[in-house]
Amino acid sequence: MKGAKILIESLLKENVKVVFGYPGGSVLPIFDELYEAPIRFILIRHEQAAAHAADGYARATGKVGVCLATSGPGATNLTTGIATAYMDSIPIVAITGQVRTNLIGNDAFQEADVTGISRPITKHNYLVKDIKDLTRIIREAFYIASTGRPGPVLIDIPVDVQQKDTDFVWPQEINIRGYKPTYFGHPGQIKKAAKFISKSKKPILYIGGGVITSGASKEVIQLAEKINAPVVLTLMGLGAFPIEHKLCLGMLGMHGTAYANHAVMQSDLIIAIGARFDDRVTGRIDAFAPNAKIIHIDIDPSSISKNIKVDIPIVGDAKNVLIKLIEEIKKLPDTSDWIKTVETLKKKYPLVYKRDGSGIKPQYVIEELYNLAKKDTIITTEVGQNQMWAAQWYKYSIPRTFISSGGLGTMGFGFPASIGAKVAYPDRDVICIAGDGSFQMNIQELATCVCNKINVKVFILNNGYLGMVRQWQELFYKKRYSYTCIYNPDFVKVAEAYGAVGIRVKEKDEVKEAIKKALSIEAPVIVDVHIEPEENVYPMVPAGEAIDRMIGGMA
Amino acid sequence: MKHIISLIVENKPGVLARISGLFSARGYNISSLAVSETLDPTTSYMTMVVNAEDERVLEQIKKQLNKLIDVITVIDFTKKEHIDRELVLIKVTCQQKDLDKLKSILKKYSHYILKVLQDTVIIEMTGNQEEIKDFIEDMKTFGIKELVRTGRIAISQ
Repeated sequence: MKGAKILIESLLKENVKVVFGYPGGSVLPIFDELYEAPIRFILIRHEQAAAHAADGYARATGKVGVCLATSGPGATNLTTGIATAYMDSIPIVAITGQVRTNLIGNDAFQEADVTGISRPITKHNYLVKDIKDLTRIIREAFYIASTGRPGPVLIDIPVDVQQKDTDFVWPQEINIRGYKPTYFGHPGQIKKAAKFISKSKKPILYIGGGVITSGASKEVIQLAEKINAPVVLTLMGLGAFPIEHKLCLGMLGMHGTAYANHAVMQSDLIIAIGARFDDRVTGRIDAFAPNAKIIHIDIDPSSISKNIKVDIPIVGDAKNVLIKLIEEIKKLPDTSDWIKTVETLKKKYPLVYKRDGSGIKPQYVIEELYNLAKKDTIITTEVGQNQMWAAQWYKYSIPRTFISSGGLGTMGFGFPASIGAKVAYPDRDVICIAGDGSFQMNIQELATCVCNKINVKVFILNNGYLGMVRQWQELFYKKRYSYTCIYNPDFVKVAEAYGAVGIRVKEKDEVKEAIKKALSIEAPVIVDVHIEPEENVYPMVPAGEAIDRMIGGMA
Repeated sequence: MKHIISLIVENKPGVLARISGLFSARGYNISSLAVSETLDPTTSYMTMVVNAEDERVLEQIKKQLNKLIDVITVIDFTKKEHIDRELVLIKVTCQQKDLDKLKSILKKYSHYILKVLQDTVIIEMTGNQEEIKDFIEDMKTFGIKELVRTGRIAISQ
């Protein structure tokens, strides 16, 4: 069997249903096989979008997303998408063509050292030099991508390896001696954590994306209810715990709710689960939660005590650890006073925006989207103000319904990610909340949507600015709006030119109708919502401040 | 503070690049690095001396190294009874008349005189860090023309 065919057979063995990609000279044998393979291939218009779409597919399903590109520029275009997946621990397998093995290192046409370039942004990568290794490598790649702390894996396959012949032998088992993730927490550490919880007076759960990866939402709810403790979520954790649950304080950090940040700062025990104390969450690190002991549950030992010293580390899968921990807590802490304090904080520092005025407030658009969308709707976001408003004002209650580039903050992510999510769930609504800036970073994917009938709905919160940077310039650079006021095309015409539907909204009273219309049309729809141009995201913790030193956000 | 960390790694191309890339990407310092094959041809042994300002950085270095798929074992010699050695090759200026003086100083050290040239002696010396420091100081009195060191290697007791 030819190498290219072996690749396809291996993808089928790994249960791959869809591949996002773009052809080129060094992947011709693979594309020749794809021509009649029982795999859905989505031809994107820029390789970056292939990686983001595979990523969106993975975030929506929990399965490994697959993208494919040619050597050289095809592969380098993937890198932003690979880095995005790496920062957010998303399982994708990126397959790239490479020049013939005898040309590697010779500066051949469309040659780039792709394993070299991708080394710091992948969990692992491979250059296949011998066709006999191909099935083993593919099997290992999917295994590494999807287990432990997930992440992207790249396989670089020279074109002559794709053409060579060998027997198809699927390895029965995987044995990677340097890779043995820890799934079960240490019983002694779990006992210790249970004791700390019993003794605590002001415990708080700090939930990150690891809970979604692990599928531990149910256990987090059980733990929170059992010990009657408030819950805060990271951006990546949104969806892991229902926002409308009475113990939920929403998102914490730079644009978190003020009551979440105050509660964290006042707590005496932080139970961190699948979260990594990122700088956008902790603010000034030496001022973070000064009276709190910290229990940290994470599958990646290197996440523990990286940014902040942890009192009780528990390395393991969140779900497994939580099941044991919930059992182990015999004496419940008395948190009634603490819950009262938290309730007071909620009343004192509510999440608000000014509802008066004639213009369209972006927060209002998000609220109405939440009111009108079905419960299982998947929201993806671009990066910047649109992302923060989508995080603050939409009430997520189901894991994997909020898809956003958290760690890397990649503009241009949300639209192709929505394509991946919609391909995974054609029967569910998928909405991309975008900004006018970031939407233009992968606007060409309108063609992909139209050609493949991928009916995603994009809501552009159009303020004519690169809004988040403009906000920082307003607050910290004396309103010197250096290159943040942008020229936009007519998005309705652009949508129509691609064969999609465009809707423009300029008045507040048109918002609801536009949402209803967009959600009812069986086509890709771009809704160009002209929002108040200088609306800011509040509250906000200025960079380097303690997280209870928030500005703005008072009614 | 300096720490000796040894790694057993897969003997594959690109592994050294992964390790050195990790150090540069995360801003850690390597003061020396020695790589060799082991009795098992599928693995290599790397001994590195790293500079970590505190315990937390050292812990992070070990955890990050462990995370690499091609790293099989990480051994930290900081709290382990161990013997460490380094090998030095040195060219010192030495006229024929001073040779006896040099030899008598060298008695203190584990060494071989590899070559005696007209006004130069090439010496191989092994020792721990203290001994090497003393040795180099002693050789300076003659004049060092060239000096190469292997980097430290260590073995547990």
